[in-house]
Amino acid sequence: MSYIKKPKIYGDKFTKNKLGMTFTDYEGAMSTLCAGCGHDSITGAIIQTVFDLDIPPHRMIKMSGIGCSSKTPAYFANQSHGFNSVHGRMPAVATGANAANRELFCIGVSGDGDTLSIGMGQFSHAVRRNVNMLYVIENNGVYGLTKGQFSASADVGSTAKKGAANKHVPIDPCQIAITLGATFVARSFSGDKDQLIPLLKAGLMHKGFAVVDVISPCVTFNDHEGSTKSYMSTRESKREAVYTDYIPPFKEIEISYEEGSTIEVDLHDGGKVILRKSDDSYSPQSRGDSIKNIRSATERGELLTGLLYIDESQHDFTDTENLIDAPLNSVDHQILCPGKKSLKNLLDSYR
Amino acid sequence: MQPTDTKNPDYYHKVVDCQWGCPAHTDVPGYIRHIAQGEYTQAYLLNRESNVFPGILGRVCDRPCEPACRRVRVDEEPVAICRLKRVAGDLKGDYKAYLPSAPSQKNGKKIAIIGAGCASLTVANDLLPLGYEMDVFESLPEMGGLIRSNIPKFRLPPEVIDEEFDAIVEQGISLHLNHRIESMTNLLAEYYDAVLVGTGAPKGRELDLPGRYDTEQIHIGIAWLESVAFGHIDEVGEKVLIIGGGNTAMDCCRTALRVGGRDVKVIYRGERHAMKSSDWELEPALEENVDLVLCHSPEEYIVEDGKLVGMRFSVMEYSVDDDGKKQSKKVDEVIIPCDTVILAIGQENSFPWIERDLGIDFDQWEVPVVDPVTYESTRQGIFFAGDAAFGPKNIIEAVEQGHQAAISIHKHCNNESLTDRLPHGMNLVTAKMGIHEWSYSNDFGYDQRHEVPTVPMEKRFKNIHIEVELGYESGQFKKEVERCLNCDIQTDFVASLCIECDACIDICPVNCLTITENDEESAIRKKIKTPAENYDQDIFVSKDLPQTGRVMVKDEDICIHCGLCAERCPTAAWDMKKFTLKVPYASNEAFDATKKNKQAV
Repeated sequence: MSYIKKPKIYGDKFTKNKLGMTFTDYEGAMSTLCAGCGHDSITGAIIQTVFDLDIPPHRMIKMSGIGCSSKTPAYFANQSHGFNSVHGRMPAVATGANAANRELFCIGVSGDGDTLSIGMGQFSHAVRRNVNMLYVIENNGVYGLTKGQFSASADVGSTAKKGAANKHVPIDPCQIAITLGATFVARSFSGDKDQLIPLLKAGLMHKGFAVVDVISPCVTFNDHEGSTKSYMSTRESKREAVYTDYIPPFKEIEISYEEGSTIEVDLHDGGKVILRKSDDSYSPQSRGDSIKNIRSATERGELLTGLLYIDESQHDFTDTENLIDAPLNSVDHQILCPGKKSLKNLLDSYR
Repeated sequence: MQPTDTKNPDYYHKVVDCQWGCPAHTDVPGYIRHIAQGEYTQAYLLNRESNVFPGILGRVCDRPCEPACRRVRVDEEPVAICRLKRVAGDLKGDYKAYLPSAPSQKNGKKIAIIGAGCASLTVANDLLPLGYEMDVFESLPEMGGLIRSNIPKFRLPPEVIDEEFDAIVEQGISLHLNHRIESMTNLLAEYYDAVLVGTGAPKGRELDLPGRYDTEQIHIGIAWLESVAFGHIDEVGEKVLIIGGGNTAMDCCRTALRVGGRDVKVIYRGERHAMKSSDWELEPALEENVDLVLCHSPEEYIVEDGKLVGMRFSVMEYSVDDDGKKQSKKVDEVIIPCDTVILAIGQENSFPWIERDLGIDFDQWEVPVVDPVTYESTRQGIFFAGDAAFGPKNIIEAVEQGHQAAISIHKHCNNESLTDRLPHGMNLVTAKMGIHEWSYSNDFGYDQRHEVPTVPMEKRFKNIHIEVELGYESGQFKKEVERCLNCDIQTDFVASLCIECDACIDICPVNCLTITENDEESAIRKKIKTPAENYDQDIFVSKDLPQTGRVMVKDEDICIHCGLCAERCPTAAWDMKKFTLKVPYASNEAFDATKKNKQAV
């Protein structure tokens, strides 16, 4: 954290997006996280994502639970809507927000504790309902706010700051999400924005639940030699399985790829996701392949990154539930609340 | 790109745009911080080290520092650097005790200094502590040269000149006022170890058009200003035309208003952007209701019975043709009535008193051939500095030339090579005082430049002694100092400590940082989030970073030195460090020489 506020500086030199907004316009309050926290870097990547996608701030909602990670929505897009919910209960609130207004771009930011411990049940059900949101897990393997105890994502053998090793098997949110029927599963690293930003863009534009597990080193409690989630060890163990790029609607693909080496997936917004596999042994469009690939990488001591699984064919929660297209705040009150008589009719219909 | 060599003092010096832009390399952020802390005497002394005459320059410097000021890249107006210098001059305490004193035992060398202007007195100032004896010859009854005779008193009160010049003279130089040197040959016949010519550019340019010599009412600007300054002229006609568009024209028109001019016009042959006058000299003139008439090219003085009645001008129109060449076209002709014309179309140096057989070479324009580094003429031991050396420039340039000439004179007198000069040095010390605590005010806020209060219009013209600018009041300058971006507090990066967490990149309020694969400069410049398009400003490229082998890149152009990168850096790879430029003067050369001799023994 810093004592002075980050000054807001304007001028012709700074790039503007289609809405005429600068990068600074998408920023939020000053972060009070530790200096060097991976979460701040993810915040930077999210700002870049929404800036590049020209998202009007009033069309976006930021959700979070409790934890270091869950402070971060305060640090971006301070003109957007937001909800800082109870610990681990963000998916329920996000589901409600989705049901009430399916036109909002929904970004949920959670941590390994908020998602994989206290919020595991909520997370699972948001996945299986395919709630249309980008769900970012800022995964550092420790409970930073309570001084660095191991979290549910800590690897076996990874040591705490004072040297004690973790004995319990970690939960891998990506594998869990794939088995639960997630339609967009990716993994990245806070220190690799070149990889992370396209994934966040694709995830946000994906219609359905997009989980991005971002390894985000805790610079205070988990950035030492015995840690498997330090900056150094993450850089050493990560291997990009699928290079991903997001191409917005009406934009030509600028980079030319070798024929047959890439897969194009059309998104519902008209944009495209370009996938380039680093090896041909598996398809990111097959659940079985994906899980097998992640597991074998883990056995080799590697951290598989990139877009690990995508399925654009599924309906999202609002479609499945056949909810109305219009946001509820634009629906006439008479329709939303048709009165006692209608209630009686409804109840009578069940008699 | 190769990693940036930040050990070269020029790299960080260039980041301090004001200091880099100042010919004398004044430590501007340093003295502004002194003012902010109420240390006015220290602020004055820090100024004096490089520019010798802070009180004078705080009023009339050409201030090349201000257009260079970093502030204009993020805000509208530069910091009022020049007027803050005046604050140091106005509020300083007794500073003389802190000046190096001249030793009572002299070193046996004697220097003749011709002219007692800013360049000459800078030489005296630098050589006095080294034990030189000096004879200073001045043709006028008072010291100062151009600043005494040509800068009007309402801009620069004589007491300010007296004080700063006396501080040097008091240390023990032989001053010969009203003593014009008529012959260099005669001077050289006396024994001097070296001679410095600091006689300025005293000759105003003539405009020889029909009617020029038919009347007494046409004056050469700088001669006329001198006559006013010394009280030889105290009145002027009512309708005055000033011909010219430089700063002398501005001094002439404003002076004319104070000695009886009612309808004063400045006539310039070109367009506004071609005028040489600084904005801050033109604006007060316009404020005082001087008419500015552009695109009028003078053709004839109209004289009737020995009396000037007007001047005829061609009205010009300028355009740029398809090939980009400038074209001018006469579109009309007008006669502007007047009773006085003052010519302010330039000045030049003039050396009728230097015999041409002395081995001092002059070029085809009668300008002496002077070495631009050593300031030595083609005759050994004879040096030129100030406007005398390379024609009219400005005061701060003259001071710097004085410093350099003093080094040369010292080396000449000690039989050292004139070209073997000490390079610039630097000191770099962390500005960190504690967690989130810096030894400078690092917050940034938009704040408009605070204008210096002036004497109300109705009171200005009573006499020529009323100084128009009153100087800052304390409430104003205390806000103005906060506008300084502390460019001398440098962002210093140690690649080996970086863990590539991106914290600095994310926090930077101007997005001037990035970590990227090393590449060609033009490619790297594009990779920064705010692309570094100003090639006049360097980009910093680190050594390879330990974890990925990429490089840290910083664009120096728009950095506001807020220090947030260093605050957010978990490993102190970034630190804010106070940069102090070490500019060698004659005394440093002397000290260095003693050291060398000792080593030799």
